[in-house]
Amino acid sequence: MNSVVLVGLGGVAGALSRHLLGERIDARTGDTLAVNVLGSFALGAVLAAPVGDAAVLALGTGFCGAFTTFSTFAFETVRLFETGERRRALANAAVNLAGALAAVWVGSALAAAVW
Amino acid sequence: MADDHALTRLEPLVLVAVGGFAGAASRYAVALALPDALPWGTLVANGLGSFALGVVLYERHFADALSAETRLVVGTGFLSSFTTYSTFAVETAQLAGSADPVPAGVGGPTLAAVNVAANYAVGIGGVLCGRWLARWLS
Repeated sequence: MNSVVLVGLGGVAGALSRHLLGERIDARTGDTLAVNVLGSFALGAVLAAPVGDAAVLALGTGFCGAFTTFSTFAFETVRLFETGERRRALANAAVNLAGALAAVWVGSALAAAVW
Repeated sequence: MADDHALTRLEPLVLVAVGGFAGAASRYAVALALPDALPWGTLVANGLGSFALGVVLYERHFADALSAETRLVVGTGFLSSFTTYSTFAVETAQLAGSADPVPAGVGGPTLAAVNVAANYAVGIGGVLCGRWLARWLS
């Protein structure tokens, strides 16, 4: 299958999963943080697992890429800052980064240990 | 009518799915079009997508002319899928040398830190530019 179509189909599943998860988690408790950490864990695992190029495109670039989001994260950080919650804005920026990087490391270590 | 009810429930999902397909495919196309020695594709997608999401979400605050359906297909579907945190995190780890494949020739903790700073700058700067444009348009 065409590689752009594979990425697009993964993107459909990723966007729907993010939307449905977001409806179940209150934004104040961090739905964007949850998708970014979970998706980074999954992408770390997919890239370390012995899967083919098609699976990397659909699951990695498509699904994990679309499930996680930078634009919503950036918007929420700006909103926190301009509504006076500056400390929470900085914490949001730091926790997303630390959480996602740690999740990549755990995901790839786990996949490497299993295979 | 039961069918009308099912359609009403399905419509938001169809809008998010259509936007998600186009957003992920466009991000991949941008990455293919740019040099791959450094993660330029993710940086460009995150900057452009954050700017556009800033316009769409602040437009609601300043003018509120867009429909809820437009915000769903463009914001939740397209732009949230066009931008990505997971690929940004993996590429940062790869630049730092703590995830495979480590890029050949370039990399190191300094470049990883520059990648974080650059993505955060274009993301947050993009939202602020989007807010400015939304206010100017309204």
